[in-house]
Amino acid sequence: MFRNQRHLVFAGILAASTALSGAAQAETIKVGVLHSLSGTMAISETTLKDTMLMLIEEQNSKGGLLGKMLEPVVVDPASNWPLFAEKARELIEQHEVAVIFGNWTSVSRKSVLPVIEELNGLLFYPVQYEGEESSRNVFYTGAAPNQQAIPAVDYLLSEDGGGAERIALLGTDYVYPRTTNKILRAYLNAKGISDADILENYTPFGHADWQTIVADVKKFASEGKKTAVVSTINGDANVPFYKELANQGIKAEDIPVVAFSVGEEELAGLDTEPLVGHLAAWNYFMSVETDENEAFIEKWHAFIEDEDRVTNDPMEAHYIGFNMWVQAVQQAGTVEVDAVRQAMYGQTFKNLTGGMAMMNTNHHLSKPVLIGEIQDDGQFETVWETDGVVKGDAWSDFIPESAKLIADWTFPWVCGNCEAPKYGATADM
Amino acid sequence: MPTRGFALPSLAAVFSCIAIVAIVAGGAPASHAATLDEAIQGLSAKSYKDRAVGVEVLAATGHPRTIPILEAMAKGQLFVRKADGVLVIGHKTGKVYSLTNALDGSAVGDARKKELKKVKVNNRLRGVIKAALGGLTLLSDDPDQREEAAAAVFAARDAGALETVEQAIAREEDPGLLDQLTLAKAAIETNPDFPLDVRLAAVERLSESALPEVRSLLASLSQESEPDAEVRASAAEALDAVERDLAFWNLLGAIFQGLSLGSVLLLAAVGLAITFGVMGVINMAHGELVMLGAYTTYVVQQLFRDFAPGGLDYSLAVAVPAAFLVAGAAGVAIERSVIRWLYGRPFETLLATWGLSLILQQLVRTVFGPTNREVSSPSWLSGAFETATGLVLPYNRVAIIIFSLLVVAGIALVLRRTALGLYMRAVTQNRSMASSMGIRTGWVDAATFGLGAGIAGVAGVALSQIDNVSPNLGQAYIVDSFMVVVFGGVGNLWGTLVGAMSLGVINKFLEPFAGAVLAKILVLVAIILFIQKRPRGLFALKGRAAES
Repeated sequence: MFRNQRHLVFAGILAASTALSGAAQAETIKVGVLHSLSGTMAISETTLKDTMLMLIEEQNSKGGLLGKMLEPVVVDPASNWPLFAEKARELIEQHEVAVIFGNWTSVSRKSVLPVIEELNGLLFYPVQYEGEESSRNVFYTGAAPNQQAIPAVDYLLSEDGGGAERIALLGTDYVYPRTTNKILRAYLNAKGISDADILENYTPFGHADWQTIVADVKKFASEGKKTAVVSTINGDANVPFYKELANQGIKAEDIPVVAFSVGEEELAGLDTEPLVGHLAAWNYFMSVETDENEAFIEKWHAFIEDEDRVTNDPMEAHYIGFNMWVQAVQQAGTVEVDAVRQAMYGQTFKNLTGGMAMMNTNHHLSKPVLIGEIQDDGQFETVWETDGVVKGDAWSDFIPESAKLIADWTFPWVCGNCEAPKYGATADM
Repeated sequence: MPTRGFALPSLAAVFSCIAIVAIVAGGAPASHAATLDEAIQGLSAKSYKDRAVGVEVLAATGHPRTIPILEAMAKGQLFVRKADGVLVIGHKTGKVYSLTNALDGSAVGDARKKELKKVKVNNRLRGVIKAALGGLTLLSDDPDQREEAAAAVFAARDAGALETVEQAIAREEDPGLLDQLTLAKAAIETNPDFPLDVRLAAVERLSESALPEVRSLLASLSQESEPDAEVRASAAEALDAVERDLAFWNLLGAIFQGLSLGSVLLLAAVGLAITFGVMGVINMAHGELVMLGAYTTYVVQQLFRDFAPGGLDYSLAVAVPAAFLVAGAAGVAIERSVIRWLYGRPFETLLATWGLSLILQQLVRTVFGPTNREVSSPSWLSGAFETATGLVLPYNRVAIIIFSLLVVAGIALVLRRTALGLYMRAVTQNRSMASSMGIRTGWVDAATFGLGAGIAGVAGVALSQIDNVSPNLGQAYIVDSFMVVVFGGVGNLWGTLVGAMSLGVINKFLEPFAGAVLAKILVLVAIILFIQKRPRGLFALKGRAAES
């Protein structure tokens, strides 16, 4: 098995402690880490596994939690969606973990959802996603569409962003891009951009030949109106996409591309010189200069033993989520899921980019939104940010059937997708 | 207070800022009023809008330092030193920045990143800087700079630059550049401030070009926002003419894109044409051999970076044979250790090689890490050949088409003209007969498989130029490779070539109508139907060889 690539010693200890789990049960609190370490998603998720190990190690060096040491239980769902559900069940039933940090793709989260709800587990999900969900047993620490897509489009339409009048929506063909683009189309229409000025295009996972689509965008942009591209292209397809943009000489000043799935890690495999000025919207950039961020990057480099490794937005999401969970456990005095869940509401923790993140009763965070331009060193530079934090919205206001739904897990609502409080009689006070 | 929008590094700066704002706000021509010292303070203003004003004020001074300052600013190399508020240009050398004073270009020591505040630029500001630089560099001695300047002037359409453009046109000797300059002049003259006949003449001039920028300009002139009906009509007419021309060039573009996609498919499949086509081994690890080739390219480039940075542009020349050897050796090892025990048992071979592919993937992931590795393109492969009609032929795509044809020609030579090729054909056509003639069949099997694997590695070098270098690289190509070989006709190199190219072109013609997802499905369905009709593919082997 090649699960732990860099920390083989640590892996050895881990294996030993997992084997002895029966004996060690009383002394440790187990933390499940459910990230793919092999298969297509290993490219992104391995980093998050390492981040979790770092955070747990750090917490243990501070004396653990409730007088006990934290013990990571790492499993490999191997980028196989049904296996995610099996591994989640294994973590909860067999290893009796107190909490799970994991998943990247929405389809893997949807696969885990029934298991985690059935067994009343607790999952922290760290990746930006399409929204339209609020589970009692999941805390969403990544961005909802209103914390990423909507502000990004606002920026493109603004004077500073170039004043775009036509938008090309390019995405990979699966649930996240399709839902996000549905929201964006409704939003753009509301902003006075007609359907004739919106180009929507989907490509398969891992699409490598972008010649036609980039040429189409170029043609779309040459029809007399300032054009911008909103990209929800996911994973492996991004590198050939950006290479083709550079190939066909599309400069950011002419047709800016704003991406929602491209962070520092994705740029690591690219020569970014021809891409300077293309954009990404996130809640975190490695380049933001705060004391917290500097300390975090230093710790990461020391832990991973490689000065060249970058940090990214989902890492910050795990950082905030893990620390909030620690605080909630301390407050509740137990790791029991229902008590911790209650203690999570209103929990705050410092963002790495400044300001305070807060967990809302809809299980989404309030976080700042940043827009960054790609630089020639593979980093992003913040060119715009929201004044304060933005509250994550589980149900989009721009999809008619969702706009009326409310997610609120406190009394009297106690519901993830209701039009009226569950305990209506006591609601009208 | 007028200075509120500005960063205030020092008291002196405050006053100069006030001076600039007063000049700008007063509407007085700023050109000669602001000295360089005053003008550069505006560059570090707080909002992008104010910084854009600062750029224009600076450009208006006409001072010789303007060009290096604006160039540094566009590249993100302009900083304010936090300690004293001095505007400096910083070049990163190792961990520190070596600084020169923006004002006079004198060296002013080193500083760490923390001690500097970057003057941030965004796309909009970069556009403003380019336009300003365009006006300043139109008369430059460097033709590349003049070309960039012409493009910037075209994009900005600033009437202030007209005089300089006319000067530049009078001096220009290069016909290509002259064409661009007159286009830029025409673009400026379409402004509503010019008299009607000048504007109409400008539209006429623009209609001779089919570049996307020109089309965009014509389109905006033909829209409602254009006040003059005559200009609108003439622009619409010009646009129609351009579009008609374009239909032909778009067709050529689609054919080129199809050939380019076909050449990628061909490279990925041609190694398989040997291992599967000639030997009949279903090798699911073929894609991983391609990946090994791509990683070899990465390693070779790293070695060049460390030991011979000057030769980086030629690293691909070393990477091709290196990738052939690495992947070939891996292929021989696979054949000797696994496949030779499984000849004639296709299902076991399929499962065993699929397992091998997973092992190879995870091995690479363990050694190199799961993230993408950067393989840079040599400078002679960057850029594109662009015609006046907007057809773009990127050099690396052209190179891959040529390279794929060379590889096929090379294999054809080996198969037909060398002793090894003769043995290969002999062994695959009649193993026992070949054996009884004294050919060491085991050795030939290993060499054949090694050749196919080596070619896969070479394909990896080419793919590293356009795709991810990640452990998953191979998976993306394995299905397409089998598709090409089966479609073209198993065991037939010519069939693989024609199959790959026609699949590429068909795909590219379907894509604009059907979308990328549906195009792929349609191609797959078409191939399934085709195989029903002609089970042996496009070019079936005939005669006794086909019986085996």
